[in-house]
Amino acid sequence: MQAATLKPLRLALRGITKRYPGVVANDNVDLSVQPGEIHALMGENGAGKSTLMKIVYGVTRPDAGTIEWEGERVTIDSPAKARSLGIGMVFQHFSLFETLTVAENIALALDHRDPPSTLDARIIEVSERYGLPVDPRRLVHSMSVGERQRVEIVRCLLQAPRLLIMDEPTSVLTPQAVQKLFGTLRRLALEGISILYISHKLDEIRELCDTATVLRGGRLSGTATPRNEDNAGLARLMIGSDLSVCQLAPKTPGEIMLELTNMSLGSKDPFGTHLRNIDLRVRRGEIVGIAGVSGNGQKELMAALSGEMLSAYAGAVRLAGQPVGLLGPAQRRRLGLSFVPEERLGRGAVPAMCLADNALLTAAQSPGMLRIGMVQRAAARRFAQQVIADFKVKCGGDQSAASSLSGGNLQKFIVGRETILNPQLMIAAQPTWGVDVGASQMIRQALIDLRDRDVAVLVVSEELDELFSICDRIVVIAQGRLSPSRVPAETSVEEIGSWMSGGFINGNESAAEVADAAA
Amino acid sequence: MLQLEKRAAPSNGMRLAAPLFATLLMLVTGLCIFLVLGKNPVDAFRVFFIKPLASLYGLGELLLKTTPLLLCALGLAIGFRSNVWNIGAEGQLTIGGIAGAGVALAFGDTESHWLLPLMLLAGVLGGMAWAAIPAFLRTRFNTSEILVSLMLVYVAQLLLSYLVHGPWRDPDGYNFPQSRMFNDWELLPLLWEGVRTNIGFIFALLLAALSWVFTTKTFAGYRMQVAGLAPAAAAYAGFSERRNIWLALLISGGAAGLAGIGEVAGPIGQLQPQVSPGYGFAAIIVAFVGRLHPLGIVLASLLMSLLYLGGEQAQIELALPSAVTGLFQGLLLFYLLAADLLVNFRVKVSA
Repeated sequence: MQAATLKPLRLALRGITKRYPGVVANDNVDLSVQPGEIHALMGENGAGKSTLMKIVYGVTRPDAGTIEWEGERVTIDSPAKARSLGIGMVFQHFSLFETLTVAENIALALDHRDPPSTLDARIIEVSERYGLPVDPRRLVHSMSVGERQRVEIVRCLLQAPRLLIMDEPTSVLTPQAVQKLFGTLRRLALEGISILYISHKLDEIRELCDTATVLRGGRLSGTATPRNEDNAGLARLMIGSDLSVCQLAPKTPGEIMLELTNMSLGSKDPFGTHLRNIDLRVRRGEIVGIAGVSGNGQKELMAALSGEMLSAYAGAVRLAGQPVGLLGPAQRRRLGLSFVPEERLGRGAVPAMCLADNALLTAAQSPGMLRIGMVQRAAARRFAQQVIADFKVKCGGDQSAASSLSGGNLQKFIVGRETILNPQLMIAAQPTWGVDVGASQMIRQALIDLRDRDVAVLVVSEELDELFSICDRIVVIAQGRLSPSRVPAETSVEEIGSWMSGGFINGNESAAEVADAAA
Repeated sequence: MLQLEKRAAPSNGMRLAAPLFATLLMLVTGLCIFLVLGKNPVDAFRVFFIKPLASLYGLGELLLKTTPLLLCALGLAIGFRSNVWNIGAEGQLTIGGIAGAGVALAFGDTESHWLLPLMLLAGVLGGMAWAAIPAFLRTRFNTSEILVSLMLVYVAQLLLSYLVHGPWRDPDGYNFPQSRMFNDWELLPLLWEGVRTNIGFIFALLLAALSWVFTTKTFAGYRMQVAGLAPAAAAYAGFSERRNIWLALLISGGAAGLAGIGEVAGPIGQLQPQVSPGYGFAAIIVAFVGRLHPLGIVLASLLMSLLYLGGEQAQIELALPSAVTGLFQGLLLFYLLAADLLVNFRVKVSA
């Protein structure tokens, strides 16, 4: 670091201000990154991290302020300009064409084209070197969120950037894979590449990052050396108050609400995962967590539970003892199932519709919402307003479009909507994926409150910390199979981590192969 | 230099302004074309756009041609809003005309109050039946309703041609390929003396009001809108995709069928080899120019109707080919699609 201070800063932002109609996204923000430094950019959703990074990457332009790149003042007016300077970015929301292969997607983003033959080899080389296995020939539409993220990272690394911006990169990796990625990032930093690491995972930031810049409400709320801080200190900088901790009071679970018995289900997707011999029981008043690397059958299991994919026979899925395997989503909802899907925009909510209309999506069958087939908009608005108030959803009111909400606020709205529907069984897929600390805490607490009200809760998550902190039991999904369940106190991150690589599958000859895929 | 910049949110103002821009640009381009063809643009403009409206009869003709356009476009818009792309309203219109005329030819020789309602009903059912084919193929075999409905237009037209050349040809008609003339009790009543506008126009306005209620107030309309905006959300909520496809095609088919029998039992008064100068296709443009909104569609169908009338006048007075109507329709759609860019983007002048 001593040598670095003699060199010009890799990147220096001074007084960056960006206003959007009605909000100031960045207000006089300064940020400097040294060569070879891993620099954390922290902040809750809506704190202005994304806007700041879009400015650095040339997607948006600031209303005021200057950008210096390696000591020279620059105007970054397009992502192509940013890339030509040596800035690469891995977005949280992926920018991949689903109908193209991995290699085609990467070829499109490269500013100088390689012939396909050598590109495949380069992709494989980079992906192996950095522990990010991807098959260049695979079509993107069939890939899980986690796999797509790997493509994005590989795509960036192929451009040999000198500043790599990573937006929440670890949310879809196993603990072992996170360590591998951190190794990669440290090696990149040693090679002199600066890394801007956007995250709200305090442990990771403390482990990985040299410096942290914290934003709150569009303004700089401080800088810190994460290694010298504890989580509470960092959280305080980020949210301005102390973090409440989830409390899981001891509780004896009640009768079985959800029961899957030896359920097998083929995936219609040619690259999907077939579910094999799934046994699962979720009782009233307990939270069962499903851990696993994405792409191991979570999507298919969720579809089979929600009713979007029907089972082979009715008894494969039982809700409160009733066979529901052949019932669709609306019928299962009538029997007390609530479901928070992984994709918020486009599945959990209709982006272009207002919150009141989005309330109707699943609440239409509640009393008072419909009268002789006519929508009672006043009732829908009251319902939405109740969700907004109870779950502290930050928005312009029940008439704001779902697309105008930040990820965390939209997720609070969806969780709130499903909670107020008074479910007997709540299923939540990746409920806090890409959601800021404050909102995550609130969503976890909402799930715990449901458990305490004797609701059966099933959570699918790739964040082990989350599962260990809120679950009564944890199972692991790998290769379309479900592991036996464990009480968090009687297992360890290592055991669950090895199960995530297929370690629980008896006499499984292909466990090693799964381990590779998960790594 | 001009640059396009993505808007933070789609502009509602521009969504309404785009059809006006498109209309304006269509007029300007049209005048240029008249100029190139050696016509005095002012004269041509008068003939095309003013003269058709200068008399009571002309206004009646305007509403008469508006009727089938409005009926077809309202039905299509309901489908388009829900991602169901019925391109074959022209064929459903034709079958509607055939079915209604079939009732008249079978039972029309004796006067009855029931005959006309029965003809209208047959027209609606005929259009629905024709639209049911793409609905069935889409829900059963996942075929594209765009292609199937479009191809069925030509099947319908050939069926009509066969009927008027063969079994339904008027035996006293000097061998012309057309059915017998309809009796008075088989024709839609006129709204006023001296114009040809009939009660079909009232049906069309009623349908506009109904479709507004359907799309904004009913749960069925809501479900269809969700299916159009976010198909995955519709699946998540458990709204049936099959029901959506069937409903969209049956509604648009039925409305087009009504338009068809309205023409046959209205201004035409018999079955002829051609029952529509492309109303079913023009209605697609009308639906988009009208922003898929019932009120917008009413206005857009008036504009489209004027293009038909203007085209006829231009043929008579300026000796321009009949293709001029299609030319204006094409310009309108072309400019609308171009202007729609501004809904999501703004133009920025940069150094």
